Amino acid sequence: MQNGDVKYIWDILNTVPDPEIPVISVVELGVIRNVEFKNNFFIISITPTYSGCPAVKAFTDDIKKCLKDHEIRNFKIVLTYDPPWTTEWMSEETKKKLLKYGISPPSEIPVCPQCKSCQTTLVSEFGATACKSLYKCKDCLEPFEHFKCI
Amino acid sequence: MSVINYTLRIGDSSLILGQRLSDWCTNGPTLEEDIALTNISLDLFGQANGFLEYAAKLNGTKSADDLAFKRDSNQFFNLLITEQENGHFGDTIVRQFLYSSFFLLFYTELAKSKDATLSALAAKSVKEIKYHLRHSESWLIRLGDGTVESNKKVQDAINNIWDFTGEFFEMDEIDNQMLNEGIGVNNAKLKFLWDDLVNKTLEKANLNYPNNTNMKTGSKTGVHTNYLYTVLKEMQYLPRKYPDAKW
Repeated sequence: MQNGDVKYIWDILNTVPDPEIPVISVVELGVIRNVEFKNNFFIISITPTYSGCPAVKAFTDDIKKCLKDHEIRNFKIVLTYDPPWTTEWMSEETKKKLLKYGISPPSEIPVCPQCKSCQTTLVSEFGATACKSLYKCKDCLEPFEHFKCI
Repeated sequence: MSVINYTLRIGDSSLILGQRLSDWCTNGPTLEEDIALTNISLDLFGQANGFLEYAAKLNGTKSADDLAFKRDSNQFFNLLITEQENGHFGDTIVRQFLYSSFFLLFYTELAKSKDATLSALAAKSVKEIKYHLRHSESWLIRLGDGTVESNKKVQDAINNIWDFTGEFFEMDEIDNQMLNEGIGVNNAKLKFLWDDLVNKTLEKANLNYPNNTNMKTGSKTGVHTNYLYTVLKEMQYLPRKYPDAKW
């Protein structure tokens, strides 16, 4: 892969799962900001979801491994903060995957992933990972995780 | 040189408060609050990492870790409020509320900085501080507007820590230089906005804005309360005892 096929790199990156939510890829999560080919190197810009998100280290390692598995060695990963990551970068298709997986996707009104009710109540703004808050469904009474809008 | 110092001040404040909050891990009053306080701690560590990596790059230090683990207390520039003890849950909530309400205003301004890295880090931090503030504010109202005992406990907490809030608004030579260069924030100007924000919440919480003040100062020149030693002793023990240990 010396000819700078940026699209091919995007396709490979799209097979790298998010370390904590494996049903979506790092591309779908929106943390890959840019891929460009410069001086015979693929420059891959990534941005953290949350400043302290421990998954950044994990998915950086996963990306390196995946590219090497595809015999690509001429790449550099750079961390960018501008613009800050937002859940608005998530496509409708990605949100559907999250819902199916059991995580209420980012939206103003959270939807219960079990019974699809919109009658829910916030239990805590903080969850098992930085990107999620805890809710409870008022209809089926099941607790669930909601991907915070940020 | 000034940019390094300015960046260290911000990074150190996040780092030391993050370290303080991490002490709540497994000690929170409820599981949800344990998770909330440690999540906030994690965000603060993340913010600290961003600022300290930048400071390390500017002054030629190897990494943010080196800055965190290999400096002595007089080389730290965190605000004095961040090193104060956790106390009880109400004490921690009050400290967090005062810190987050100031830093929301501070980062909102810093996001307009001419320094691209500082402005990017600030814009990112604003998003996180917003929900940190929502958390401590709602608890402050619940506790202040709760029982006679909970009201007294948080009012005492406010009175006890209040003297450390004066530092938020100080402007020394470095601050003025950064301000003049379009890099830094006019802290003094934020006082009015902060008072307004804090007053509104205290009113809702049936709490009083302290009048008698004897503001403490020193962190901008590396002069700290003894509590910083306690924090550093715990935080730096392992990397100092086993330099460059890997795990």
